[in-house]
Amino acid sequence: MTDFLLILISTVLVNNFVLVQFLGLCPFMGVSNKLETAMGMSLATTFVLTLSSVCSYLVYTYLLAPLDLVYLQTVSFILVIAVVVQFTEMVVHKTSPLLYKVLGIFLPLITTNCAVLGVALLNIRKQNSFAESIGYGFGAAAGFSLALILFSAIRERIAIAEVPVPFRGAAIGMITAGLMSLAFMGFAGLVKF
Amino acid sequence: MAVYSFHGGIHPPENKLQSTQTPLVDAPLPRHLIIPVQQHIGMAADPIVKIGDTVLKGQVIAEPIGRISTAVHAPSSGRVIDISQQPVPHASGLEAECIVIETDGEERWCEHEGLDDYKKLAPNELIDFIRSKGIAGMGGAGFPTDVKLHLGDDHIVNTLIINAAECEPYITSDDMLMRTCADEIVGGIEVIAHLLKPHHILIGIEDNKPEAIAALSSACKISRVPIDIQVVPTKYPSGGERQLIQLLTNIEVPSGKIPADVGIVCQNVGTTAAIYEAVTTGQPLISRIVTLTGAALKQPQNLRALIGTPFTTLLEFAGLEPDKLSKLVMGGPMMGVPLTSPHLPVIKTTNCLIATTIEEMPPAPPAQACIRCGLCEQACPAQLLPQQLYWFSKGKEFEKARQHNLFDCIECGACAYVCPSNIPLVQYYRFAKSEIRNEELEQRRADHARARFEARQARLEREAAEKAEKRKQRALEAAAAQAARKKAEEKAAAEAAESGESNASDDAALKSLKVAAAVSRTKLSKAEKALKNAREKELDGIDKLEATVVELKTKSDEAQAMYDAAVNASTSPEKIAKSDAESDAKKEITLDLKALKQQVSIMRTKLKKAKASEVDAAEILELEARLNTAQAELNTAEEQQMAKAAAAGIDLKQLKIDAALAKAAVTKTERAAKAAETDQEREQLEAELPQKRETAEQLAQQLARFE
Amino acid sequence: MDSVITAILALLGLALVFGLLLGYASVRFKVEGNPIVDQIDAILPQTQCGQCGHPGCRPYAEAIAAGEAINKCPPGGQATIDQLAELLNVESIPLDAEHGSEDVRKVAYIREDECIGCTKCIQACPVDAILGAAKQMHTVIVSECTGCDLCVEPCPVDCIDMIPVATTIGNWKWPAPPSPMQIIATDRTTPSEETA
Repeated sequence: MTDFLLILISTVLVNNFVLVQFLGLCPFMGVSNKLETAMGMSLATTFVLTLSSVCSYLVYTYLLAPLDLVYLQTVSFILVIAVVVQFTEMVVHKTSPLLYKVLGIFLPLITTNCAVLGVALLNIRKQNSFAESIGYGFGAAAGFSLALILFSAIRERIAIAEVPVPFRGAAIGMITAGLMSLAFMGFAGLVKF
Repeated sequence: MAVYSFHGGIHPPENKLQSTQTPLVDAPLPRHLIIPVQQHIGMAADPIVKIGDTVLKGQVIAEPIGRISTAVHAPSSGRVIDISQQPVPHASGLEAECIVIETDGEERWCEHEGLDDYKKLAPNELIDFIRSKGIAGMGGAGFPTDVKLHLGDDHIVNTLIINAAECEPYITSDDMLMRTCADEIVGGIEVIAHLLKPHHILIGIEDNKPEAIAALSSACKISRVPIDIQVVPTKYPSGGERQLIQLLTNIEVPSGKIPADVGIVCQNVGTTAAIYEAVTTGQPLISRIVTLTGAALKQPQNLRALIGTPFTTLLEFAGLEPDKLSKLVMGGPMMGVPLTSPHLPVIKTTNCLIATTIEEMPPAPPAQACIRCGLCEQACPAQLLPQQLYWFSKGKEFEKARQHNLFDCIECGACAYVCPSNIPLVQYYRFAKSEIRNEELEQRRADHARARFEARQARLEREAAEKAEKRKQRALEAAAAQAARKKAEEKAAAEAAESGESNASDDAALKSLKVAAAVSRTKLSKAEKALKNAREKELDGIDKLEATVVELKTKSDEAQAMYDAAVNASTSPEKIAKSDAESDAKKEITLDLKALKQQVSIMRTKLKKAKASEVDAAEILELEARLNTAQAELNTAEEQQMAKAAAAGIDLKQLKIDAALAKAAVTKTERAAKAAETDQEREQLEAELPQKRETAEQLAQQLARFE
Repeated sequence: MDSVITAILALLGLALVFGLLLGYASVRFKVEGNPIVDQIDAILPQTQCGQCGHPGCRPYAEAIAAGEAINKCPPGGQATIDQLAELLNVESIPLDAEHGSEDVRKVAYIREDECIGCTKCIQACPVDAILGAAKQMHTVIVSECTGCDLCVEPCPVDCIDMIPVATTIGNWKWPAPPSPMQIIATDRTTPSEETA
């Protein structure tokens, strides 16, 4: 149980995927203009990340490792992720048109999201067990969501604030992201491994 | 009983002493009274007087329309000299419909009578009586009072609160009223209490009006209903309805609800006095107390002014020094609106006029950036987040502003007062509110238009379906009729055959022929069937059968031919008989005209096409020439017809329409000429113009002749 | 050699399984209809004016859902374009001048002396806002008129005017407060530049 908690804290705060490991930066900058869309993106990513880390673990342990095909892990993981994303899109489209409207164009974005592949690969490198993989995937997604939602809330304020002209738009976004990253580095001493 | 507190609030300098030094006097009677027909919330009243009418003081001059509306009365006797758009005291500075009365100085009252004992009247009748006296809330909003008095019907009213707080700086009109007319106020409270039957009655008054408190206390002692006077500490905006309710009862009126939903009704002291006046003497609301104050006046004071008195009259009376005046404000310094012109009338909600000098109310310094200090949040009496609302209003994120309860803002101005950056916060909220209201209106309008569009679409479809159905029905009916006729004919034929009188008449002959044809047809088909059958079964004697069929066919054909010939012979003479020389001639003319018209339109289309396909100019010119000749022909033909028609003395209407059409053609060509892009086009169009004009003139002349 | 074949087979097998899964999902979770059209239609101003090149607002909504540009609605103006952009998650673009320019709200007015009672405008009105009968003069029900302009063209005697709706106390709006002083010298812009 402690291990599980540690994994969560480590992925959400200390080794936040976005702000510390700098994975998944494209949606972080691209989908953070609005709080609503950021929330939708977070939800979708959480779902896909958890599911794909499970699937990739299964593929690795029961297919690649026994057959001695470890060198195929990147290829097969991309396949797994693409399928999971596609499947999720279909299910969401059918079951919740509203969520689909929110996620719509972001779901395909997740396919090429490095955070998703990163989690799958890191799971293998860290030699996580099945349960740990789930925890790791979920924690990474929670960290991603936290950073994205915080950032989009800040950007919403910035959008209506009087920003000096040269800093308007992406520039002030980058500065904000940098400041947030600095802030998250403060968590580095929280857990000693 | 404890006095509670509300969140926020501010303590601006009161400035109330200046205007309470002299006793209340009547304002002079002005030469002209300008009375807006809308002085209240709701529908504008409808004028029932005409220009030139003589009116008496207190006479109804505009009647309420709808439930939320009040009547308007003549404040003095005189003559109605104008009913038109006049500038009215409103933040927009726009004009609205007003009745202008020239006073005769006689102040002749119309007949009016109070109620001997209002308790004898049914509540509804008493409320209608109050409604007929034009009483609307005098605190500032101007909500028709009778609507509030009806609240007892569907709400249980526990508490009646009389708002005497008058929290805004400078304003002392309610203070003066309480000092001079405490008995009337208490009398009015008794009337309201009779209607609403509250469990207890509270008067909320700020502690900066000791004389008014004393006057009210002595009046309450002799009152027939128990009234509690609650003195509240001076704090702006304790006079806000919701704030006063919280101060006195510690009940917070929920967002989006009205006080009556929590069992409370609030009335202003001015309103109660007006109700008393109306009930006891029958006098309608035609005057009110107005505070005239500000450093640009020699004698700040309170005046009892007639509704419709121009501000200039009042300001002059109070000794305005025009060179000192920098800004004229209607209402208090916090919530009032600056006026662009003093030529505006007093209305039922005008409680104060401030003529300020530049030192007294300096122009607002330029707004600085928001430093997010949070002072506005601490000052907000509605417990909103003014800073958030400011950002949302500024960034036009109106949906978010609404989610942050923008509509609970009472626009008291406390946030703007404390803002260290001098941001005009209330202006932002007002802007956002009116934008949201406008958006809602547009949405409603769009929904309405969509509903109407869809209804029309459905109607068109239904009509088309009905038409198709009718056509089908008609076809069926026709078929049935035909079948019936056939049957009858057959029957007749059979009868004729039976009686052996087949050649008795033409008709009978026809019928018999038809029957013969039918019989031979049946025979033929039978034979054919037999033949087919035989062929299938490869029986003997096919040859024979075939021969029979051929024979039968010729026979049946012969019979049919004979029948046809007979039918033709019988119908053609009728036709000739029917035709009529007169109608023929008529047809010829119309046909001619029609053909000509068609020719012209064909030419025109050709010309258009030629122009569109950009063939050489010569061809276009030729076509144009042809078009013109065709047009001319048509015109002459039309004229001829017209002449004929004139001879017959008919179709003036047709002529009129033609004249209008010709006129329209001229204007259209003119417009086209103006809009034409190339010189060539313009020249062409201009060349066409005289001709068209001529036609139009000719038609007009003809029309004139006939008329 | 064996290992290569194993690798190919493994990947093929994996791809096959996933392909089957997706194939099943595409059948199982098939979606009919497009709820987005209703949402777009709700945003459009419903003047039914046809300035976008479609016969009414709903056809345009359908066209937008199918990928047409969102800037073809002059009656809605920039506000509608912004709302559509937000709904569809696309960049907001300025109004396409080809389809007309944003204008104040107008209503049709028939000069009744000149009306010949031809009923052509009644047939053209998409919201049944014109009242009248053949050979009788017609009149516009102002509260129902969407200001779509469609009745002006068919009138044979040019007796219909589009009159801007006057601002009265009832429909007056509070103006936006002046924008505050800019602290940074280089940011000080004229209002026209700001909106550009």
